[in-house]
Amino acid sequence: MRLLDAVVQGCLLGGQYALFAAGLSLMFGVLKVVNLAHGDLGILAAFAAIGLAAGAGLPLALAVGVVLVGMLGIGAALHAGLLARTTGALPQISMIATFGLSVVIGNALQEVFSADPRALDLGWFGTAGVSLGGISVGLLPAAVLAVAVLALTGLHLALTRTAFGRRVRATADDPGTAALVGVDARRTYLVVTALAVGLAGLAGVAYAASSLVTPLAGPSRLIFAFEAVVIGGLGSLWGTLLGAMVLGVAQSVGSVVDPSSGVLVGHLVFLMVLATRPAGLLARARVRA
Amino acid sequence: MSAVVQTPPAPRVQVVRWSRTASASVAGFAVLVAVAAAVPMLFVPLVGNRLTALLALVVLAVTWNALAGYAGLVSVGQQGFFGLGAYAVLALSDLGVNAYLSVPLAGVVCALVALPSSLLLFRLRAGQFAIGTWVLAEVFRLLVSRVPQLGAGTGRSLTSTTGVDPALRQALTYWTALAMTVLVLVGAFALLRSRVGIRLQAVRDDENAARSLGVGVTGEKRLVFVLGSGGAGVAGAITLTNSLTAQPDNMFGVQWAALMIFMVVIGGIGAFEGPIIGAVLLFVVQQLFDGLGNWYLVGLGVLAVVATLSAPRGVWGELAHRRGWTAAPLFHDVRWPALPLASGAAARHDAADTTVREEGRR
Repeated sequence: MRLLDAVVQGCLLGGQYALFAAGLSLMFGVLKVVNLAHGDLGILAAFAAIGLAAGAGLPLALAVGVVLVGMLGIGAALHAGLLARTTGALPQISMIATFGLSVVIGNALQEVFSADPRALDLGWFGTAGVSLGGISVGLLPAAVLAVAVLALTGLHLALTRTAFGRRVRATADDPGTAALVGVDARRTYLVVTALAVGLAGLAGVAYAASSLVTPLAGPSRLIFAFEAVVIGGLGSLWGTLLGAMVLGVAQSVGSVVDPSSGVLVGHLVFLMVLATRPAGLLARARVRA
Repeated sequence: MSAVVQTPPAPRVQVVRWSRTASASVAGFAVLVAVAAAVPMLFVPLVGNRLTALLALVVLAVTWNALAGYAGLVSVGQQGFFGLGAYAVLALSDLGVNAYLSVPLAGVVCALVALPSSLLLFRLRAGQFAIGTWVLAEVFRLLVSRVPQLGAGTGRSLTSTTGVDPALRQALTYWTALAMTVLVLVGAFALLRSRVGIRLQAVRDDENAARSLGVGVTGEKRLVFVLGSGGAGVAGAITLTNSLTAQPDNMFGVQWAALMIFMVVIGGIGAFEGPIIGAVLLFVVQQLFDGLGNWYLVGLGVLAVVATLSAPRGVWGELAHRRGWTAAPLFHDVRWPALPLASGAAARHDAADTTVREEGRR
């Protein structure tokens, strides 16, 4: 029973990781850039939401809305101000620049908000749950998982069924040829980066609602999201969801066996997948993202 | 009409790999090492302590540059090997090995760990490799935190040198660090000037052209990763013998990756001299701003981002590019004799063009 409970809680935890992973996967698939500040951008959104809701007293929905719109803007600025300017240099340079950004965001948040853990208060909804056959399922984790599934489905539909999606896929495959048929690669990249950072913001807010957040939690979010992407298989959005759940279950079952080793077990599962199925569990799925 | 066809004698191409500046810088380096070796006899102990920290930074920067600037391996997980090197000194001295002898041994341990690690990590490309190394560093940290003999999560002190007189201990630490730094610098220079380095630079500068000549570099990259990780381990070992205490969250902390990247990017990525300048600059910044806590790291991050945008060649790269300076020549300077059609205008493949590879891409 404890094990079954751990598996269920792990799947719910996977929803959080899937949200972080969606933006990372999207950006890597299209821009071929790993944004090392992805986790920190999520934490930035979390603290902005906490600051607006608890500090400035804005209604929760308004605060979250403002933050998410702001994150879209930050994403666009990240592309225009940083990524687009480093494309001519060494391929490593843009990644190094995002690492610098990660250091800046994490440490600046620590100075402004101190190292104390904080959370986004959702009132009764944050702690409410239902009991399904003896296993308690929190409404909030279930909602986060639902949001993650919705986000991945929406992304999937947008990429496969819309004109915008065709432009994104064309640019991801070959920006030069896409430009020949009139696709503005730079603009596509800008929109994709904005979307990816917006998703990071959504993931950060969901994380802050579900558990305590510290300013330097960004790198661990990045690592979990990355592990989810690799476990599931690069280029597959459903793989990302599966990978996030596998990671969540590994961590949660690992904690049952030994409370201090959940994260370590998650890392070991990631390394095992890398050793045995380097292309991921759902390799070669149809959608590139 | 009888035409006499005169074939001109085949032009003799000269390949120059050394320069007078290079001789001068080698002589300068030798003098500097000799002076540095005398420091413990001249100054107060604190200076030796700080200079040891500087030497650890130099080792970190040079080995990270070999990875990122030459082998194209951007690792944000070298703190894993840094921490492992520090803890290897603790473990070895528990086994009765002399603490100073265990510094190079710690490097060997890290290189041995890096070899199987590379088998896993090299399955990941570019940006994924970066986070993969980070995961590995976290695994090392979590594993070490579970060993009670090594102080678990709270950390431990190096006790095997406590019996030594503090001034002598500091001098021995410093000399060990100096010897290791010279070894790493000379070793990295020899490696990057060798065939291995040439092949890596060829792939880095133009992967398609290099591949069309049959140059593939997986083995070379693995060699640089193994040796570079050994170097990071040596830097960790030096840091431990200097500070005498190890704590997992600090020794395996990602701030070390931030420092490595800062030094290399500011100094000049992909140039041998760059990271040395970067290490000295970081050292000066640390002496000036260390009390500022997180804002100091924020400042370093901002500087690194600004540098990648406005001066991606770094301090040394810009100087080398503008003035044609090379203190440590890794280049092949190919000099053509005057061609018949363009007499007098000898095409000279300048050193800066091989050092700074963005030129061709712009």
